[in-house]
Amino acid sequence: MAHESARIDAQPMDRLKQFGRRRFVQGLAGGALLLAYGRGRALAAGSAPAELTGPDFHLTIDELPVNYTGAARRAVAVNGQVPAPLLRMRQGDTVTIRVTNNLREPTSIHWHGFILPADMDGVPGLSFNGIAPGTTFTYRFKVNQSGTYWYHSHSRFQEQVGLYGPIVVERRGGERHGADREHTLLLSDWTDHDPEHIYATLKRQSDYYNFGKRTAADFFADVRKQGFSAAAADRRMWGAMRMNPTDLADVTGYAYTYLLNGTTPAANWTGIFSPGERVRLRLINGSSMSFFDVRIPGLKLTVVATDGQDVEPVTVDELRIGTAEVYDVIVTPGDAAYSVFAQSMDRSGYARGTLAPRAGMTAEVPALDARALLAMTDMGMNHSGMDHSQMDHSNMDQGAMPKVLHAPAEAGPIVDMRTDMPNARLDDPGIGLRDNGRRVLTYADLATLGGPIDRRVAAREIELHLTGHMERYIWSFNGQKFSDAEPLRFTHNERLRIALVNDTMMTHPIHLHGMWSEITDANGKFVARKHTVIVQPGQRLVYEVTADALGSWAYHCHLLYHMEAGMFREVVVA
Amino acid sequence: MRRLALAAVSAIVAMRAFAQEPGQSEREHVPPDPPQTRVHAMPYHEMAEMMGMDDRRRFGKVMIDRLEWRDGDSSIYEWDAAAWYGGDFNKLWIETEGEHVGGSSDDARVDVLWDRIATAWWSTRLGLRQDFGEGPSRSWVALGIAGLAPGFVELEAMAYVGDGGRTALRLSTEYDLLLTQRLVLQPQLEVNAYGHDDPERLIGAGLSDIEIGLRLRYEIRREIAPYAGVSWSKRFGDSADLARAAGMDTDEFSLVAGFRLWF
Repeated sequence: MAHESARIDAQPMDRLKQFGRRRFVQGLAGGALLLAYGRGRALAAGSAPAELTGPDFHLTIDELPVNYTGAARRAVAVNGQVPAPLLRMRQGDTVTIRVTNNLREPTSIHWHGFILPADMDGVPGLSFNGIAPGTTFTYRFKVNQSGTYWYHSHSRFQEQVGLYGPIVVERRGGERHGADREHTLLLSDWTDHDPEHIYATLKRQSDYYNFGKRTAADFFADVRKQGFSAAAADRRMWGAMRMNPTDLADVTGYAYTYLLNGTTPAANWTGIFSPGERVRLRLINGSSMSFFDVRIPGLKLTVVATDGQDVEPVTVDELRIGTAEVYDVIVTPGDAAYSVFAQSMDRSGYARGTLAPRAGMTAEVPALDARALLAMTDMGMNHSGMDHSQMDHSNMDQGAMPKVLHAPAEAGPIVDMRTDMPNARLDDPGIGLRDNGRRVLTYADLATLGGPIDRRVAAREIELHLTGHMERYIWSFNGQKFSDAEPLRFTHNERLRIALVNDTMMTHPIHLHGMWSEITDANGKFVARKHTVIVQPGQRLVYEVTADALGSWAYHCHLLYHMEAGMFREVVVA
Repeated sequence: MRRLALAAVSAIVAMRAFAQEPGQSEREHVPPDPPQTRVHAMPYHEMAEMMGMDDRRRFGKVMIDRLEWRDGDSSIYEWDAAAWYGGDFNKLWIETEGEHVGGSSDDARVDVLWDRIATAWWSTRLGLRQDFGEGPSRSWVALGIAGLAPGFVELEAMAYVGDGGRTALRLSTEYDLLLTQRLVLQPQLEVNAYGHDDPERLIGAGLSDIEIGLRLRYEIRREIAPYAGVSWSKRFGDSADLARAAGMDTDEFSLVAGFRLWF
């Protein structure tokens, strides 16, 4: 599968200049040229992310001049680095992390997936007052968990412009799933555009970044394939709903250059191994708005953990990693180079790197898959004759779904659709990955080792609908934006069940701070423990939560601009 | 007896569930300590400021849908533009449309409206309209709806009440047909009707005029699109008679070219 000779992307600069667009998408071959002056510290292009070892850390947040695509821009960096340095901790240690803000604006750092006191969670306005310019805040907490996590700013759009980094907590007593070597693979979405401008643009024209819409030519192609009446009925159906079946990502490769460990596809981040070694890859999606479908042609991926939690090993060809999700996989490469290929869910671009026994080797980079179209199943509607879904429905229906209850606010003007027949679909790999000929991970494949953290049966259920209005670019829970909603109240130490019903056509990564989300199947059986849970369009996803963390917590969609637009709630545990 | 047996069975089931050993995750999980400090209670705007997150933020947009030249006996320049500013629920909405013939402004209108979202696809509009140009200027109170009709058809329907009991109706609609991701064919229709004669502005009661356009634009960027197309307009009834009396054509077909811009 791997070809040392097939050099696709690592082109010399002059060659890239012939293809302006290509250069933009793939970035500079020279890598993230972190032009460091002032307080920023120089970093050699393509080098491994710096690593800091605890229990005491000092992080300094600065602006940093960067150049990923040929255009000089300013990023927000930690200790002069984008991504921020890897923090290595030991389970059981009490860590002290001093964070100094050299920006002209407030900042914050959230330790994503950490179970810690509410005042250490790093969400301004809920956990603390934020870190004012020129000041230092000291985080101190005991690390009781282990695994792969990450950290990022929870202030404004700083996460979009570089403030994100990996965390590895080493397990006391050694890893359950041993490996000879490990690499952290942090995916992100860099943009040369000002994120404030991106958000304002989405408010002005929400489909601005979608260059994969259906055209007149697509209509005639459908007429040839399905006949005129079927093609026309399909257009009528979507038109009647005023929905767009190509809406897979709000911000696309038009604005994004996808990075792996802060490195553009052209610059080709490379991880070295010795043939035959078991290599643990710690995959983190630190992007702001992107889902990635990750595979390494020629290698099987043995998934051993998700969101820091060890799972029963399961071997797949490919996995989808939602924004803010984490997967640990083990691969056993032979004496060849392999491409790490992470295409965005809407197929508008990809992040790419190489695993190789020696530096300078490359392997073939696969072509982007075809764009998928949303189907009726994705909207939790009855599958009628006009369903394009490639999915096999026979194994989708996991028991009868309870009747859906829409909150009164969902009838309001900021909600553009409601799902009346959601389905559990834990075994659905998601739009664009169904029946693609590869073995793709689904949530039904996950089985967290050690069972749930709480045996009790959930005493109550909260049904929360993911709602929005794509055209007006308003996002909400139960038809209410954060600014109009009361906090959700959990009783201290209760075990409760949360049913998330996705009433939108987008896939949302939902993150509850401070407490684990323990996914259950349609029969209520424990599946997996996660900090960020993907909810597919038309899906009803259930998880249980033990409310043992006193205080105020953030609960939100981890798509940065969805959170900004209102898809956020405060959870109060008291 | 049966009840006793049932109770015994359920007790055993319950005990087994209760007696179930905690799993490894449950043994290892450590709830966090309570927070030592709490954030003070604050109103929304203060929290939004602190969080750097504000779903009530206001935005603005200026759209010049048509800025075009038309062929004809004399060169005619026409514009159709709108601007809005506001939040998700309420916006100040200003729109203007009109044409210049040979340097003098001829038939122009400005609406200043409060746009309030009412349903998922429609908003209500309430405000004032002022007509300028040939003849005396006219002022109106404006009331109507605007939104996206099924099939992605943009629609605005406005009713106007003016001084002296004048009334008017205006309907405008357009649709974007994507030929490619950047090449867009836009059919457009505007209809005007009036309740009373206004001969000084060449307006007769009833259906006054219809304009139909078909424009093909190329979006260099989303915000910048040159276009070319055709436009056909026709006056009806008393309005047509008044135009004829003034020595004007009652229908007109023209080639148009211009720019569509927004920011």
